[in-house]
Amino acid sequence: MEGYIAVFRSIPYIFSGVKTTLLLTAAGLAFGALLGLPLALVRVYAGGLWAFVVNLYIQTIRSLPLLVIIFLFYYGIAQALNLPEFLAAALALAVRSSAYQAELFRGAIQSIAQGQMLAARSLGMTRLEAVGYIIVPQAIRVSIPSWSNEAAIVLKDSSLAYAVGVLELMRHTEYVSARTGEPFVSFMVAGAIYFAITFATNRSLDAAERRLRIPSQAEV
Amino acid sequence: MSDVPAGTVDYLIFILPTLLKGAVVTIKLSTTAFTIGLALGLPLAMIRVYGRGFIRWTAVAYIEALRGTPLLVQLFVIYYGLPDLVPALQLDRYTAAFLALGLNSAAYQAEYFRGAIQSINEGQLQAALSVGMTPFQAVRHIVIPQALRLSLPALSNEVAYMLKYTSIVFIIAVPDLMARGKILIGKHWRAEEVLTAVAVIYIVLVNTAAKAMGFIEDRYRIPGLQTDRPG
Amino acid sequence: MTGKGKEIVRIDNLHKRYGELEVLKGLDLSVTRGEVVVVVGPSGTGKSTLLRCINLLTVPDSGQVWVDGVEVTAAKTNINRVRANIGMVFQDFNLFSHLTALQNVAIGLRKVKGMPAGRANERAMEELTRVGLANKARSYPSQLSGGQKQRVAIARALAMNPKVMLFDEPTSALDPELIGEVLDVMKRLAHEGITMLVVTHEMGFAKEVSNRLIFMEGGVIVEDGPPDRVFFRPQHSRTRQFLRKISELYGKDEGSADIDE
Repeated sequence: MEGYIAVFRSIPYIFSGVKTTLLLTAAGLAFGALLGLPLALVRVYAGGLWAFVVNLYIQTIRSLPLLVIIFLFYYGIAQALNLPEFLAAALALAVRSSAYQAELFRGAIQSIAQGQMLAARSLGMTRLEAVGYIIVPQAIRVSIPSWSNEAAIVLKDSSLAYAVGVLELMRHTEYVSARTGEPFVSFMVAGAIYFAITFATNRSLDAAERRLRIPSQAEV
Repeated sequence: MSDVPAGTVDYLIFILPTLLKGAVVTIKLSTTAFTIGLALGLPLAMIRVYGRGFIRWTAVAYIEALRGTPLLVQLFVIYYGLPDLVPALQLDRYTAAFLALGLNSAAYQAEYFRGAIQSINEGQLQAALSVGMTPFQAVRHIVIPQALRLSLPALSNEVAYMLKYTSIVFIIAVPDLMARGKILIGKHWRAEEVLTAVAVIYIVLVNTAAKAMGFIEDRYRIPGLQTDRPG
Repeated sequence: MTGKGKEIVRIDNLHKRYGELEVLKGLDLSVTRGEVVVVVGPSGTGKSTLLRCINLLTVPDSGQVWVDGVEVTAAKTNINRVRANIGMVFQDFNLFSHLTALQNVAIGLRKVKGMPAGRANERAMEELTRVGLANKARSYPSQLSGGQKQRVAIARALAMNPKVMLFDEPTSALDPELIGEVLDVMKRLAHEGITMLVVTHEMGFAKEVSNRLIFMEGGVIVEDGPPDRVFFRPQHSRTRQFLRKISELYGKDEGSADIDE
């Protein structure tokens, strides 16, 4: 029983790991998007060599376990430049997410009907303008459900930063588990926290999607 | 260590057998996990779609819990947490790994099957009943064959996922590809070379599996039905 | 051609409501062997529901249904065996997507009647030939036109040797030029003496081959008699109104598609 109480008292400490977890997730998603969207655009609109190179990058990253990417950054860059392991993990998450987001955005972009581009060009817009004003705004709305899915994945994957010693939620939980001698309860608590965050994130993204939705006939 | 070759190529050849042994473990882990996932996931999906009340709620809870939490947490709960709860449940690391990966895969596969089952229009079920089939026969001969085939692209993805995510078992010292790589790095401190070799082997594994699944998809595709690959 | 033969379908005081809406308000019906009965009426008047209550795909709230002497609505009746004796053709065809035409027709024989594969396939081929699609035996539903799909669906129902064939708006989902081939098959079945209960808007079909034309509205049968009489000397003004509308839209003998139901 004292074990349970000890875990209960350690919850604040577990929670302090959440901050790092969220930071990792946000960094991974944000840079993943920053890189992923341009990559998708190249994949869809650019010709020959560029598209090929981008595709090669995407397929390679998607064939690798996240752990391998984390270690590549950790041993390769972080140690050489003496950077904190947090950065290695964040970069790894970002690189991985960029590949998956590139595919996600590509699907969304390609699902926007051809007619939209034709109409935009017929008004005199350049390709770039058409993409920027017409295609991308629609593609972003369409991609929200898939992006929501990706966000959940990055959040769960952030737990792998544990492997290089980042002091995120998993690491904190492990300490608590060792100190209190209650691994089961500790890790269930950690699971519950991850679940709660995922749930909240999905909900808010659903709400965002509803607010951004282009009204259809039925809703007028 | 004087018997470790200095040159890169020689070193790679030197470590290859060790890494390949790890790759075998990786393959065993993923195929077993995938199979467990299939055996559990299909019934789960059926309960989700056709079940009622408490049992359906349990299936939903299971699926949501396992999909909403990191695989690492699940692994730790099984390996470290279960024996804490019930001392008799101290599983060896291999069993814990199979179990965690398999249970996790079952939850994801259940969702893929659910999507496939629900995309089969209800009219076909009615037609099956109207010809005199029992509900059980209708499910067995009409729903399941189609659901399995419609899920093939998603299952293809799942195989690739399994191959990649088995890498986490190195954390509980199961000697898979990732684990052996890590050990070699610890021994020889030649991380770039080891990691490159490990990466290449994973790439080969994942792409070969994808090709194989592609053949299976082509062979069993229902003519005329479009199937979507999940992102 | 009524009355003397064996009663194949009998419905007593059938009631069915969906929430607030009562779709069947104490409906009675009797169909004798060999009769071809066509049911018409405005949408939402329960015509489809009526058909589905006969093979219990829809369970009525009260009332009784007998098919070939067996009470379908009785609790202890083996509904699957009953259904094997009733053939149903749906508006949306509902062919099994993963099976070829031949397999679609044969599966009921194999799995419900327990026929060995060889014999089942032979029977299935007979039925496919009967509807004129022997050359499409190995095609999948997605490779067939709407009219072909519906004919395979008819073959599938016929293969079970049913006592009665129920047609639920069989041509409503078809493009105009494909309706003819399906109606031809149905006319041939009528001439062969199959007992048929058909919900449709195809007045040409009704006038050509049906023995009885039933006008349903508001969950009850308003008018029931030989097609000539119902069509030219209807007893109720509502019947007259409805039939006039149909004729305006579709003309006397044409089989054109529905606008909406």
